Amino acid sequence: MRTWQRPHYLVPNKRWRLALWAIFIAYLVVGIGSVEVNWMRAYEGLDRGAKFLSGFLQPDFTSRAKDIYAGILESLTMTVTSTVVGVLLSLPFGVGAARNISPKPIYLFCRAFIALSRSMQEIIVAIFLVALFGFGAFAGFLTLTYATIGFLGKLLAEEIEGIDRKQLEAISATGASWLQRVHMAIWPQVMPRMIGLSFYRFDINFRESAVIGIVGAGGIGATLNTAIDRYEYDSAGAILLIIIVIVMACEYLSGWIRKWVS
Amino acid sequence: MGQLDQSTLWHSNNRRHARIVWGFWFITVLLTVYCWQVMNEETMWIFVYDAPEQGADLLSRMFPPNWLYINQLYEALWDTLNIATLGTLLGVILAFPVAFLAARNTTPSTRFVRPVALFIIAASRSINSLIWALLLVSILGPGILAGIIAIGLRSIGFVAKLLYESIEETNGTSVEAIESTGASRFQVINYAIIPQILPAFLSIAIFRWDINIRESTILGLVGAGGIGLFLSSSLNTLAWPQVTLIILVILATVVVSEYFSAKVRSLLI
Repeated sequence: MRTWQRPHYLVPNKRWRLALWAIFIAYLVVGIGSVEVNWMRAYEGLDRGAKFLSGFLQPDFTSRAKDIYAGILESLTMTVTSTVVGVLLSLPFGVGAARNISPKPIYLFCRAFIALSRSMQEIIVAIFLVALFGFGAFAGFLTLTYATIGFLGKLLAEEIEGIDRKQLEAISATGASWLQRVHMAIWPQVMPRMIGLSFYRFDINFRESAVIGIVGAGGIGATLNTAIDRYEYDSAGAILLIIIVIVMACEYLSGWIRKWVS
Repeated sequence: MGQLDQSTLWHSNNRRHARIVWGFWFITVLLTVYCWQVMNEETMWIFVYDAPEQGADLLSRMFPPNWLYINQLYEALWDTLNIATLGTLLGVILAFPVAFLAARNTTPSTRFVRPVALFIIAASRSINSLIWALLLVSILGPGILAGIIAIGLRSIGFVAKLLYESIEETNGTSVEAIESTGASRFQVINYAIIPQILPAFLSIAIFRWDINIRESTILGLVGAGGIGLFLSSSLNTLAWPQVTLIILVILATVVVSEYFSAKVRSLLI
């Protein structure tokens, strides 16, 4: 009797397939083997895990309400200011990093700056900026602004590199200056996506603002860190729920705005 | 036909649109100024003003990097790799069913199951892996296991979201063809949908692995193992030459993993 077997189209060669599986399984064995787990400690933690779950289901918004309010306010103000300033600063960097409209030296400088900004984790940047500027929201604001420039600068540059050249040519043919070309031919083509990306970055900045507080850069992260350190899982659950709700609201809002823009 | 007046400059003819744009900018400026003031109520400007001096001082302490310290980092790098890879694996395994429950064309019930799956995705995506790690370290104790689970939990949302979108984009005709043979629900998924999403699935998983390498380098800051643990202890002892080296190692790791993932994904597509 002949039976049908579905074709393997990802890796058609049988030997290669077996070799890849063998490597994968060998890694799993070695990798899992090298994970040292203190099972006693983990077992003791089950209790606390259950407490966290119940804290998440029955969050306590009231007993730390003042700290939570201050933290959320700090996170939100940090997010707004850093997104606005970051977007404004990312415009020159994005234009400068687009190969088709910038002179070589400026292109290289902007690309290098963007690469530097993107390769560093927000939290590592935050550690340094806290060391330089002191604890608090100002260091957080600088961190998020710096990260926003790299993120939006790169995407804007790619967007500009992918524009329709005909419009640029048409505007150039009228004798327009460089600024006029950027304003009339390039900006209308990249604007809708740029607005969408800015709101997306707002979202990311809010999420990150919850993290960089752990190293002292202000925001809700510091409050969350304290709550977890004190094993107050019901307050921690409340903070996490607030973060989730705000992120979902931002996502909904930015989806709505993106639809409206395009 | 509208009149063409050559003497006036060209302007946008949609007044309402212009007013909305103007209002948007006005509100943005107001909001930004207000937020700036609220945010900086407690800023100590003295510390901000002497930042250049502090920066110069810090740089002089950071260089040259302590190259010999690298001998102590190999094991931590291996741990970091394990956290990222095993965490991705965990996340992918958990994300797979969630994605099928969230996709409109495969979910058993749009009204009850789909919202739950979407909430799992949103919750996992909204919370950074560092926060998951903070929680898990406090629950399970410090170590790699907390890191792996944190990365896994964070990956669920990302992978499931991209995966359910690609499930919803699958071609309906092959589903119909398999259904017409009298196949069961799981056979339909297995033979009609999985072959269509497999390349996208692998590419998503590798993309997430790349992000996870990046994130797992810092999980040690809250005690979840890996190279971040060394970063944290070097920072605490103000051993700046070691900090410099660790950051260089992290940068190199990130670049290598990004190159690797881009290479593999370009082979898949």
